[in-house]
Amino acid sequence: MTCSCTPYFHDAYAPKFGDGPLIALARQDEHLSRPAASLPPSDPPTGGVYGSLILMANTRFAFRALGVALAAVLICAGCGKASGRSVSLLGSTSIQPFAEVLAEQYTKKNPGHFVEVQGGGSTAGLQAAASGLADIGMCSRALTAEEAHQFTPILIARDGLAVVVNSKNSVASLSIEQLRALFAGRVMNWKDVGGKDGPVRPITREEGSGTRESFVRLVMGKERISRRALTQESNGSVKELVKGDPAAIGYMSLGLVGEELAAVTVEGAQPTVKNVLTGRYTLVRPLLFVSKGAVSPAAQRFVDFVLSSEGQRLLETEGLVRAR
Amino acid sequence: MKRDRLIGAMLLVVALSAISGLALITVFIFREGVPIILRVGAGQFFLSTDWEPSLGHFGILSMLGGSLAVTLGAAVIGVVFSLGLAIVLTQFAPPGLAAALKPAIELLAGIPSVVYGFVGVVTLVPLIRHFLGGPGLSVLAASIVLGIMILPTITSVAIDALQAVPRSYAEGSVALGATRWQTVTMVLLRAARSGIVAAVILGMGRAIGETMAVIMVAGNALALPHSPLDPVRTLTSNIALEMGYASGDHRQALFATGVTLFVIITMLNTAALAVSRRRAGRRRV
Repeated sequence: MTCSCTPYFHDAYAPKFGDGPLIALARQDEHLSRPAASLPPSDPPTGGVYGSLILMANTRFAFRALGVALAAVLICAGCGKASGRSVSLLGSTSIQPFAEVLAEQYTKKNPGHFVEVQGGGSTAGLQAAASGLADIGMCSRALTAEEAHQFTPILIARDGLAVVVNSKNSVASLSIEQLRALFAGRVMNWKDVGGKDGPVRPITREEGSGTRESFVRLVMGKERISRRALTQESNGSVKELVKGDPAAIGYMSLGLVGEELAAVTVEGAQPTVKNVLTGRYTLVRPLLFVSKGAVSPAAQRFVDFVLSSEGQRLLETEGLVRAR
Repeated sequence: MKRDRLIGAMLLVVALSAISGLALITVFIFREGVPIILRVGAGQFFLSTDWEPSLGHFGILSMLGGSLAVTLGAAVIGVVFSLGLAIVLTQFAPPGLAAALKPAIELLAGIPSVVYGFVGVVTLVPLIRHFLGGPGLSVLAASIVLGIMILPTITSVAIDALQAVPRSYAEGSVALGATRWQTVTMVLLRAARSGIVAAVILGMGRAIGETMAVIMVAGNALALPHSPLDPVRTLTSNIALEMGYASGDHRQALFATGVTLFVIITMLNTAALAVSRRRAGRRRV
């Protein structure tokens, strides 16, 4: 038998025995075009650690950090070019899209004025307002007693919290007590709350989300959300899950429910804008602008616009409930 | 001559600055994360499943379990497919096919992880929910997605390990009358064993560090998983999910989660290095 016909070693180059894998690792990192590639190839294990760290910290978190840094830069740039005519807002990602709509309309009506809107979460908004990084912090939950001392809240709108189930789910009405039992994991079968026999899969938001904190305050009271609950990081992914899973139950902003999900009646009141306004639907959270002390004249002007009938009407067409 | 030294010095500075970045990261996460572990107590921090930051409960056992389950699952799936690929590409595939397949596999490494996660959510998760039950978002889904993501790492390292086996070994085996398959399983795989182990460990290091795709398909529930169909939260997803909002002790606890991850990944990489060093050492004897 000759060896020429067996393709054991068809590669032209003969790799050195010891460093085969190490070469491969360095090459791998190049493909990923992560910063690890900039490390000298003679030290690949360090590259591995470094690459993994970057991996750990990348994606959303890095984007957020970048966003905040960018916000700071933009805000400063804004100050420089039009001091007294620019307003910066930072905070809740639930308010952010609405604030952007308001900002667009405001700058259209007031040429030469600038409004910068950045996300980051309710807690980040409060921090930004406290440190002066932003003129106004956005917060999508009620302030705690401690925070209420520190900040001046301005109620810009209210938002109903809808409890949503799959459209195939026959349960259409739940009491607060039943909701608490479902999310705490005490009731684990839909037939116990008047539905078909089958498991219940509660879906919650991540720790620190304004939506989650409002839900805990309004529904859970002293009880804790089950550890077995699926945790999703945005309204969109909660929606996607509930849409596909007949056993799921979740909660989200009323304006985001849409046609594909069923929002249940809570304590006999349907989740509608009208019921939120009259106070019959009780799962309601405030959307707040917060500042530390008095705001700048430019920021006050923007706040006045938001609270004007035009601003409020704009928020209503976007699915929120007016402040008064 | 002088210019050479200048360029050499400049390259050294560049190299050192990259490594000093690593040193800075290390110092920073340890300074932020270690105090809270000491304050909560290491036993409480690592062995409690109670993670409720708003109440001041910081126990990461569920996340440790989650990371472990997902990483092992990914390693099993990754190893089966990667080893198969490495063997076929080095031993059985005609050179033309191998030349076409190898870059294709390496291309897998270039796909952003969010795309893997999205494909997983849209196709894999509903399939699991429909045919196997459970929420679909699960250890199994995360393991499959991660198993595919670490394919390129394990495959290329394993290919290099197999190609590095001296030609005489295979020739000797064939000369003794072994079939090609016997040569692969009884000679080549054994000779390349430590390289393959290193490949698997490196793949596991990648799997445990992956974040975005895992957040999207693992379900992120805080309970320890009892079956492959249960949702889990990993160490990385815990950091990414909560970092945006965290402050005070909560933020420190997330850094402590990062410290834990750092130590695990360092151990994996050290193990991989030690295994490949041992192999190199044996070769020299």
